[in-house]
Amino acid sequence: MTTQRNNLWQSVLGRGKKEAQVEIPPVEAPVAAIQHLGVDIAANDPLVAYFLTNRGAIELSRLNLDSPALTALRDAKVQIGVPLVSQGELIGLLSLGPRRSEQDYSADDRRLLNNLASQAAPSLRVAQLARQQQAAAAERERLEQELRVARIIQQTLLPKQTPKLPGWKLSTYWQPARAVGGDFYDFIEMADGRMCVIIADVTDKGVPAALVMASARSVLRGVVEQLDSPAKILERVNETLVPDIPPKMFITCLCVIFDPQTGVVRFSNAGHNLPILRTSTETVEVKATGMPLGLMPGMTYDEAEVTLKPGERMLLYSDGISEAHNPDREMFGFDRLHEVVAAHHSGALVEHLITALEEFVGSDWDQEDDVTFVLIKRSASETSDNVPGGRVLANFTVKSEPGNERAAMERVASVVESYLTADQLEKLKTAVAETIMNAMEHGNLYRSDIPVEIMALVAGEQLTIYVSDQGGTQSAYKLPEEPDLDAKLAGLDTPRGWGLFLIQNMVDEMNLIDNDDGHTVELKFNLQGEK
Amino acid sequence: MAASQLEASVRHEKDASVIDLKGEINSFAEATLNTAYEEATQNDAKVVVLNFKDVGYMNSTGIALIVGLLAQARKSHRELRVFGLTDHYLQIFEITRLVDFMSIHQDEKSALV
Repeated sequence: MTTQRNNLWQSVLGRGKKEAQVEIPPVEAPVAAIQHLGVDIAANDPLVAYFLTNRGAIELSRLNLDSPALTALRDAKVQIGVPLVSQGELIGLLSLGPRRSEQDYSADDRRLLNNLASQAAPSLRVAQLARQQQAAAAERERLEQELRVARIIQQTLLPKQTPKLPGWKLSTYWQPARAVGGDFYDFIEMADGRMCVIIADVTDKGVPAALVMASARSVLRGVVEQLDSPAKILERVNETLVPDIPPKMFITCLCVIFDPQTGVVRFSNAGHNLPILRTSTETVEVKATGMPLGLMPGMTYDEAEVTLKPGERMLLYSDGISEAHNPDREMFGFDRLHEVVAAHHSGALVEHLITALEEFVGSDWDQEDDVTFVLIKRSASETSDNVPGGRVLANFTVKSEPGNERAAMERVASVVESYLTADQLEKLKTAVAETIMNAMEHGNLYRSDIPVEIMALVAGEQLTIYVSDQGGTQSAYKLPEEPDLDAKLAGLDTPRGWGLFLIQNMVDEMNLIDNDDGHTVELKFNLQGEK
Repeated sequence: MAASQLEASVRHEKDASVIDLKGEINSFAEATLNTAYEEATQNDAKVVVLNFKDVGYMNSTGIALIVGLLAQARKSHRELRVFGLTDHYLQIFEITRLVDFMSIHQDEKSALV
């Protein structure tokens, strides 16, 4: 009997809410061989109403209804139908063909069927609900998985790394409120050597915003390649987007183009938050006006110009920070934002902003909108980067993971080889590996997502290797005194601590420079004429 | 990091144990180096010789490991000798003053004298 019951369960389970499916034992088959009929009963079929009002075993031949389901059941040789009803809803149907004995169903048979139906219906309902929940959970998981993939795809639409410009430092932060978002930023190198920086915010958030973001980004990229003025770029982008953007959606955007040689920054604004300029003495908003993109055709845009002097910086941001609320429903606001920018003339501003935001909103923050920053900073000291007539031999980054210094060292060695003697090359390898190791360990604390930047530059009679971490200003390197081997051997001092000492002894000159967001170590080697 | 694993094998010679090192001496080498040193000193050898002939790379962590071995050896009144250093690593042994505490030899023969 167990088998039979299982078969019955299997045959009646698994139907949707709207349509009842019908089971029938085949006409000439043993009773145990229950079969799935595959007849669907539409929700509006008169048979449903009939089954709901007439419980118990029903002889189908007696019915006179204009019902496609009834016809289908009769065609399938169903004689008796026993509705399974739970909480006023038809959830299944036991369908029986003619008895194998060819006799009619007896009153006992009907009683048995009625009992079976009244007991089976609630259990069947429970099983159906459990199955629905499983399906809903699977669906949720599928959607979440899709969103995870969407986020990865969206991240690939953002610049993988910030461009390296001698004498300039670009930093970014992007944190969508949901898995995906409508904020984005972009860096586009222009043919004339200038750099175009975009920050934009699509109205709304989540998937709809992300889809519009993807198309806006492509349009912007395409237009920037053709035009060279921020105002004209926004004008053209607006014309292209207006017909494509759904009503009630628009994009605020700043288009900033700066000249790394002169520090001249030109920008236009399509309804976005104004950039904040931080000079050595003041913190000001720089104004340019214009309508958001995608709203109306025929828009024109102002163009503003400022010059960033060495040490000055410009912050572009989306309203995710200014409009963030704390648990008391107080807004972060522009004043607070300006205060943070004003309070940090040097140092890692983006990190300070994030810290300020986190402290303000508290740990239970349900992030309301996407938060994005782009910081454009002109380096204070130009000595390290702008070497006239210098040639960059290598410029790359490595992840801060133990052992990565080895491959990076070989890479540097391979490009500088021809400039150095064999002895110098060996020294360079040791110095570079040690410096990168220090940067990964003491600067970036082996956080693998934070890279170490390495640049090799030859200028005049000198080869310089720059190794930069992003460890902030807190983790200061100390230039070492000579390690005390006697103390180390006596167990009075750690056996470690050779790195910087070793480096100093491998190079002709070593400099340690504190940046806003980390340190740069310069390793200099004097070239010994021809080789 | 399989490529940077250090291999160490120990030979017990007449008056000394020789540790043949092969690969890179960096932070990944610590366990290998300590195990080899233990094995080398099991028979109470008074001299332990490190063969650097097949060491392609050593960094400051590696130096710290050698300093550690040297400290252990001195504690138990053992002598640590080294041979097979390239000019570059010989220079590093000089800079770090390791040469003041261990004798450096051209080859195994002179190290075992």
